[in-house]
Amino acid sequence: MLYREAGQFKTSYASDQAVFPILQDRVGILIILVIAFIGIPVTGNDFLINAVMIPFLIFSLAAIGLNLLTGYTGLLSLGTGAFMGVGAYACYKLTTVFPDVNIIIWVIVSGFFSAAVGAVFGLPSLRIKGFYLAIATLAAQFFLEWCFIRIPWLYNYNVSAAIEVPQRELFGIIITGPRASAQTRYLIVLTIVVAMTWMASNIVHGRIGRMWMAIRDMDIAAELMGIRLLPTKLLAFAVSSFYCGVAGAMLVFLWYGGAESTVFSINESFTILFMIIIGGLGSLLGSFLGAALIYILPIILRFVPPQLGLPLHAATVEHMTFMITGALIVFFLIAEPAGLARLWQIGKQKLRVWPFPY
Amino acid sequence: MKARDILVGMTCASLLGAAVLASKAQAQDSIYVPLLTYRTGPYSGSGTPIANGMHDYLAMLNERDGGIGGVKLNIEECETGYDTKKGVECWESIKGKNPAVVNPYSTGITLQIIPKAAVDKIPILSMAYGLSASAVGDKFPWVFNPPATYWDGLSMVMRYIGGKEGGLDKLKGKTVGFIFLESPYGREPLPLLQQFSKDYGFTVKEYSVAGKEMQDQSAQWLAVRRDRPDWMIMWGWGAMNPTAVKRAAENGYPMDHFIGVWWSGSDDDGRGGGQTAKGYLSLNFNGLGSNYPAIQDIKKYVVDKGKSQVEKDKFAENFYNRGVYNSVLVAEAIRNAQKLSGKKVVTGEDVRRGLETLNISEAHWKELGFPNFAAPISGVNCTDHNGHAPAYMQQWDGAKWVKISDWIQPMKEKVRPMLDEAAKEYVEKNTGWPKRTEACDKSS
Repeated sequence: MLYREAGQFKTSYASDQAVFPILQDRVGILIILVIAFIGIPVTGNDFLINAVMIPFLIFSLAAIGLNLLTGYTGLLSLGTGAFMGVGAYACYKLTTVFPDVNIIIWVIVSGFFSAAVGAVFGLPSLRIKGFYLAIATLAAQFFLEWCFIRIPWLYNYNVSAAIEVPQRELFGIIITGPRASAQTRYLIVLTIVVAMTWMASNIVHGRIGRMWMAIRDMDIAAELMGIRLLPTKLLAFAVSSFYCGVAGAMLVFLWYGGAESTVFSINESFTILFMIIIGGLGSLLGSFLGAALIYILPIILRFVPPQLGLPLHAATVEHMTFMITGALIVFFLIAEPAGLARLWQIGKQKLRVWPFPY
Repeated sequence: MKARDILVGMTCASLLGAAVLASKAQAQDSIYVPLLTYRTGPYSGSGTPIANGMHDYLAMLNERDGGIGGVKLNIEECETGYDTKKGVECWESIKGKNPAVVNPYSTGITLQIIPKAAVDKIPILSMAYGLSASAVGDKFPWVFNPPATYWDGLSMVMRYIGGKEGGLDKLKGKTVGFIFLESPYGREPLPLLQQFSKDYGFTVKEYSVAGKEMQDQSAQWLAVRRDRPDWMIMWGWGAMNPTAVKRAAENGYPMDHFIGVWWSGSDDDGRGGGQTAKGYLSLNFNGLGSNYPAIQDIKKYVVDKGKSQVEKDKFAENFYNRGVYNSVLVAEAIRNAQKLSGKKVVTGEDVRRGLETLNISEAHWKELGFPNFAAPISGVNCTDHNGHAPAYMQQWDGAKWVKISDWIQPMKEKVRPMLDEAAKEYVEKNTGWPKRTEACDKSS
């Protein structure tokens, strides 16, 4: 009903191959963007913005990064947390050494450091695949985590081995540090995430994305078609790590306001991996849906029962959160192994032909 | 197929609805005391008894006295799992509800919320943990860490060792091992330890235990076996403590030369080694056992009425009493705040003043129903947010903790300059750190 496309004629190849060929989708995206850019900052309170939306967007970006590598190129990685860490520590070093350069520039630039490290750890991917590659990236995770603890230069010899975010401004408005308002930080995060998602969308719909997908589907065939495996795989590692690095830098600078090495532990890698598996491998929308399910759902489960006046102990709620989240993950994977993005696609298809079954 | 659509729709709708609900704040006419606790995760072994003690004392005040100054306390726990991320979430969720004071119960969380405290006008009470440098009140007006900092703790351990060796100079050429949890908490005492090693000429061996290997530790203790340090000092937490005690016993390390900080001295830590752990030492600053009128009141008003989550046989264990101690500080700060502000329902800003004038003399401890429970807290003022109170040494006798020493005073003359130095450095590194604007009240 909603998706009736009668009367929408495609008169050129460009309009037929557009990312959102249907008018309703374009309107929908516009509405979502308006709500995100205007609705939430105006109406949302600090808790919604600070504890829900900012981390959700940051994790979505990290999930997009991993999805480029695992979902689009088919290279399994367990080093996401560490690559995020590289971004965060790089940004910290850069802004403490060059405090006059705008912090947003450093957040973006720190992605390149992460990309370089990612490319180095991507080297084994030419020879090993699947689970074996996962082990190789696991090595990256442990090695980098070790660096974050053992190289005091990285955290400027701080006694607690933690990195702290100094206050930085943009056009006279405080954007990092504890005195930056949640709305400001939210808008910066949102802008970066939207811009980078748009870039990712262009990458995966273009030549590079097609090369990645060719490698994912069958790398020997891709090689025979003239795709050079090593540069393409390394490019996937670099771009993926770039996204993760920027996400990591934002995580510390625009959300936490400080961090220690444990933030970038193997758990973080797993969380992001679960996000893309549940959201949908090889789907940008899936990265957002997965981040929402894995990150926002526990928060709701944790904070809703007390609001409804249910007399539950904090620890009981915590245990229940684990169980319900786990059960939902199992349920969604049984209902649709290809992830939430696929579920949305099926639903959309149904809506297009509604009320007829076919 | 249709059922699936409905399900998706329902999930989306409930997500939205719940988000709206979660964002609504509550109105109140009581004093809101949030407790950041952890009863889940790998650190729950240490966290649960403390959570029980903190909760039960405040609940007892509600039951027995109708709150503080006639105003009920609204006690609410927020589960952090000792996870910094969840701790920050908790902070965000409670800050709108006008909390009187926040007890983060994790050094990692404390470090994250210290900069937020001044902005959100909520005082932090990190009782004998957190950032040592936050004891400098001029630089950190919103953070309090009485009764002693980690650096005080280390100096007390050194004083004890000095007493056993016949003078700290006798440590020259000896080796002191330091086993610590790889976290901001475990790393805090390192600078002072290195200072001591320079001053007294002993060698320091560091054994760091990462969170994921804290239940194993075989590599660390193998190294201890090889290095044979004359004394071992431990800064451990959670499951790390009982494991370390067990490993030390297995490796034949002399237990009476193995000293833990006050966070490595719960009953479960000793029990981990059982009889073989006999002789293990740890610092402590709160009384042992249930032989205090106030603790008996907790039993009568809270535990026996089934309003506590504590297991009967774990009531009034060391860490339970530690939690009670923490809550006494909270309650007295609120009482002070009521006196200073003249208001019944106090805000975070009032409690900050209350904490700054915190003073619990020996007589007052007795009045509260805790005779000889703890050393008087007298040194807290506007510049000193710590007080540097003494602690005592306790020893595990195979079944329970026994007090074996008198109050050991910290080496304030060594610690204080280092604190000032560290605070200065912290402020320099954090550009834009606000200058103290809060006025100073006279001690009550």
